Amino acid sequence: MLVLENVHVRYGAIAALRGVSLRVNQGEMVGLIGVNGAGKTTTLMTIAGVLKPTQGAITFAGQSIVGQSPEEIVRKGIALVPEGRRIFPGLTVEENLRLGAAIRSDRAEIQRDIDEMCTRFPILGERLKQPGGTLSGGEQQQLAIARGLMSRPSLLMLDEPSLGLAPMLVAEIFELVAQLRETGVTILLVEQNVERTLEIADRAYLVNTGQVEFEGPAEELRKRVDVVSAYLGGPN
Amino acid sequence: MDTLNQILQFLINALSLGGLYALMALGLALVYGILRLVNFAYGELVLVGGYSLLVFGEGPLPWVIVAALSVLMALVTSLLLERVAFRPVRDASPTTMLITSFAVSALLQNAATLFISPRPKAVRTPSFFIENIRVGGLLISKGNIASLVISLATLGILTLFLRRTILGSALRAAADDFVMTRLLGVRANQVIATAFAISGLLAGVVSLFWIGRIGSVVPFIGLTPVLIAFVATVIGGMESLTGAVVGGYLLGFVNVGLQLMLPQELLDYRDAFTFAIVILVLLFRPQGLIRGTYSAERV
Repeated sequence: MLVLENVHVRYGAIAALRGVSLRVNQGEMVGLIGVNGAGKTTTLMTIAGVLKPTQGAITFAGQSIVGQSPEEIVRKGIALVPEGRRIFPGLTVEENLRLGAAIRSDRAEIQRDIDEMCTRFPILGERLKQPGGTLSGGEQQQLAIARGLMSRPSLLMLDEPSLGLAPMLVAEIFELVAQLRETGVTILLVEQNVERTLEIADRAYLVNTGQVEFEGPAEELRKRVDVVSAYLGGPN
Repeated sequence: MDTLNQILQFLINALSLGGLYALMALGLALVYGILRLVNFAYGELVLVGGYSLLVFGEGPLPWVIVAALSVLMALVTSLLLERVAFRPVRDASPTTMLITSFAVSALLQNAATLFISPRPKAVRTPSFFIENIRVGGLLISKGNIASLVISLATLGILTLFLRRTILGSALRAAADDFVMTRLLGVRANQVIATAFAISGLLAGVVSLFWIGRIGSVVPFIGLTPVLIAFVATVIGGMESLTGAVVGGYLLGFVNVGLQLMLPQELLDYRDAFTFAIVILVLLFRPQGLIRGTYSAERV
């Protein structure tokens, strides 16, 4: 469904991605793991159109999406739940969700989806009319994910959803992401939490300093803890 | 009874001037919130409004039509500026954008100087701007009532737009996090154009009353409005639209208040006192009076 071939991205003089190739097949959950600064967020931002590669190809459903704007790419069916959640603090939960459906015009269906999000994420239903900024970190993460789902994407990209959350909430979020698969959404999950990611993903790529160092089925990577640790510095 | 009259008089004048300042500040804050650009060419939209009043006012059209046309001219000019001057440099450094706004400002001022006149030109203003009405023991300027009412109405309509429409919430979201709105598919150009259009509309409305008070227009007429807008936005807190409005009203109150309180000899220095108060406010609260939208998350 999504194919990256030899993608290079620079931040000015700094090479952030140095020839990244990966693929995500329909219905899969693929993990992208690595330490801070490895290039995970850069990869997602490039797919989403916020950053432009200097080299390489990115195709989605057979079509090239390199160089397209974020507005176009989300219309192709790719939604990004970015690092740091980035919900709109000044807007209410409901307004945040409604903006998630900005590319859609089917008002009745949008309302139905909002209601469904409130069922699936009860805390959002409770706080529907409250400003997004009053939500706790875990609640904001749920809002960010729900907002991403509002555009009914075929590929959902999640950038470090467990970042900054208390351990109990981390478990909840991973549980949530695992459940999302059931709904048929293809998922590309970026995370620093290797152990949990490998528990729920089908396949994973280990990224380090802008390159894919390791790839394979999650099962395999879990067995290769020694190799993985070498890149991530110590036991996870 | 006399003190009550004085207080009412003060309130009306302060609210009327404050209302204008608030509209002016809001137009600047709207563009700043989304683009992080302080549009110094904003004052020149007042210039466009003013010179439109001059040119259209010379004909036989009734003043209401002239006013509407002038506001329209300010709006259209703002959209044109966005398209021609600011969009090409949107991804450039903030310095480039700032210089661009200065350049546009200089261009428009010089155009007015060359094509019309460097000297003040009297503008046909309807008589009610200098007429007074007697209410109880008060003598109130009709012009002041008009600017008070119109500014409140404009603010009200704008608030409704921002809070009740999708485009409005997209604008507010863009001011919070522009890239995120693009990631949701909201078209950047649409949002920015809307912000500039509203900005132009507000400058146009302000120009009606600004020129109405002075009675004439001159190429550098935009300097004071943009300065006031800038100061109001800063003391209100640059991240907040509400702050810009509050800042505007506050400046209006301070200005009118000083006019009452300062002894005769110091009246000319009213602006100096106003800015001294601004400095004091900023010393104690450099981030502005109104806290920006909730930026800290509760964990």
